[in-house]
Amino acid sequence: MMKTNLYKLICTGILIGFTACERPLSDDVEFATYASNGDVFLDGFTAGLNYFPFEGSKLDAFTVDSEVSYDGEASMRIDVPNFGDPGGAYAGAVFPTNSPRDLSGYDALTFWAKATKAATINEIGFGNNFGENKFLVTKTNLRISTNWVKYIIPIPDPSKLIAESGLFWYSEGPEDGDGYTFWVDEVQFEKLGTVAQPRPSILNGEDVEQTTFTDITIPVTGLTQTFNLANGVNQTVNAAPGYFTFETSNPGVALVNEQGVVTTLNEGTAVITALVGGVRAAGSLTLNVGGAFELAPTPTRPAANVISVYSDAYTNVNVDFYNGFFEPFQTTLGGDDLNINGNSIISYTDFNFVGIQFGRVNASAMTGLHIDLYIPEGINLNASSFIDIELQDYGSDAVTGGGDDTVSRIKITADRLQTGQWVTLDIPLSDFTALTTRTNLGLILFQGSAEINELLVDNIYFYTE
Amino acid sequence: MKDKKRFIPMLRVAKSKLALLAVVFAFAACDTSEEQTVAVFEDLILEDNFDQDGAPDASIWNYDIGTGQNGWGNNELQYYTSRSENVSVQNGYLLITARKENFQGSGYTSARLLTKGKFENTYGRYEARIKLPYGQGIWPAFWLLGSDIPGEIWPQIGEIDIMEYRGQEPTVVLGTVHGPGYSAGQSISKRYELQGDRFDTGFHIFGIEWGPEYINFYVDDVLYNQITPDDVPGEWVFNHDFYIILNLAVGGSFVGSPNAETVFPQTMLVDYVRVYESNGQRNF
Repeated sequence: MMKTNLYKLICTGILIGFTACERPLSDDVEFATYASNGDVFLDGFTAGLNYFPFEGSKLDAFTVDSEVSYDGEASMRIDVPNFGDPGGAYAGAVFPTNSPRDLSGYDALTFWAKATKAATINEIGFGNNFGENKFLVTKTNLRISTNWVKYIIPIPDPSKLIAESGLFWYSEGPEDGDGYTFWVDEVQFEKLGTVAQPRPSILNGEDVEQTTFTDITIPVTGLTQTFNLANGVNQTVNAAPGYFTFETSNPGVALVNEQGVVTTLNEGTAVITALVGGVRAAGSLTLNVGGAFELAPTPTRPAANVISVYSDAYTNVNVDFYNGFFEPFQTTLGGDDLNINGNSIISYTDFNFVGIQFGRVNASAMTGLHIDLYIPEGINLNASSFIDIELQDYGSDAVTGGGDDTVSRIKITADRLQTGQWVTLDIPLSDFTALTTRTNLGLILFQGSAEINELLVDNIYFYTE
Repeated sequence: MKDKKRFIPMLRVAKSKLALLAVVFAFAACDTSEEQTVAVFEDLILEDNFDQDGAPDASIWNYDIGTGQNGWGNNELQYYTSRSENVSVQNGYLLITARKENFQGSGYTSARLLTKGKFENTYGRYEARIKLPYGQGIWPAFWLLGSDIPGEIWPQIGEIDIMEYRGQEPTVVLGTVHGPGYSAGQSISKRYELQGDRFDTGFHIFGIEWGPEYINFYVDDVLYNQITPDDVPGEWVFNHDFYIILNLAVGGSFVGSPNAETVFPQTMLVDYVRVYESNGQRNF
């Protein structure tokens, strides 16, 4: 597949000939291959190597240092900025080549590194080319010391790297607010011969079971590859989906594409598993797919009578965040991340309370607040179950605080709540009795009783009849 | 079984009738003595190719069971069994498998096979083709222990470790002798490190050539050490019968304990064990 694409790119004319005649490729055809040079930075940039810092990073954090090197004339020097550095918040860059390299004959990226103090590099690896990053590899939290030490970043499956242009990348921020300097030298792909005992995993090796609905897409996350190195250390890297071959046990129920994204199709059970280089990955995703998820009723009020915060039916005001974090008691995870057949839904898990901040809304002409809530089946509501809804007006300064904010909270009691179906609320704004003004509404907050730990929300809008 | 105490004639090194060319070169390079001699070991006197699925050949192998004293003298953590979970022959290989499980008060199980009372021999070429396991605290070995001599105990009886290996050093094996005045931490030992390869990803041949006054240690086609009476600070005790041991220990003073990174189960695969004696043929 890859080879054919490669071939297409390089020998377009020939390929057109073949496709026109619909003849298969001759056995004598030799596919074009790229240079197998494994050098990245020895005493300077190898031929065709570029430096592209990340947006928001300190652009001049990287220099070639001819004063310090592990071996030879120069090393790569990275000056991690202090917290608050106006030049950029962190040091991060990719080093792609102009033309791809065939790295399939190597088993690891290796380099020597040292730092001005013991530190932990957030992310370092290869496969980042500012493009698809199809074969991205990231070693997270790499500990480095003040001595030159050789580090080994294994290639999850070298046979995939027949045309890789992302030779090296890193991203590192201040340590406890302080910047520092680290040097990297002799960066190269090597065939060590001692990178062995592959143990890939998906979902971080866990066997996860999930109840879901049809027409939902779910990415398979937690993709890693672990090798045992010559020094006995098990080295684990995060590996892009491109290294994995995903499988479904039941393609009638759920499909999984080469990016590791699962799409549920029909009711039933399907188990998603994967392999890397023929080695079965630890971990699996068992999906118990129920019927179609019933979407919230599509709003019917005319758009002219509505100021919408969140709905597929209207143009929405700007939302600053769907899950503002209020320390230290908030546990809620999730946000605007559920998409069912093109319909966006806010999904909260580990829910206790959560706030959505949106562009200041003048709802003085509005009379009601519409919200659709969905509490999943399996949550046992009781007589004292509730969901509180709070509105906050930021006052004339339009920002939180400042002494002119007003807040009002109403309680949706158990008799109005249901599980396994949408609860549609049309709440008169006059019920928010403490809200003396609603010209600068900026926050809506949900808080639930303890048993309500999952919540879906849709169609949040103000309206007038 | 053959005559165990047969004298093996010593031969001058000249041309390469030797099975191992490297032996010739190593001697030529390292030893200036014109009189340096080596035996040719070509008479196969013991061979187990593990061709019969099931339990290992009972005419050759016994088992040590349990934990011995103080974990076989080394604070090893495993309980040795002869269960098929720990030792079996499958598809032409002997499998010795170390498992992490609670068994008879131990946290691990494994197996230790020995030829004691079934095959005991003096001198010869001993070799086995083995794929080793890996991981912190994993300690496989292929070794010889001196047969019981009334009134004598280890290390007087002698021990020849043809291959020992620490699972946390997957590129390194050790060849060692233990005797009176040079045992345990004072043993005479040498490391052999593979370059660009490791012992847990493929099969390798581990062997010795053992004559009256020398023991040659080799891995595959590389002779990496010779130990003679001049190399040991005590009595040379390698001139009586020894028996063969194959085992896979877990933990103990030589390797340290397994940790959270150690993957279980771990299996040592043995393709064959062979012993040759000198055929008496001179090789001038």
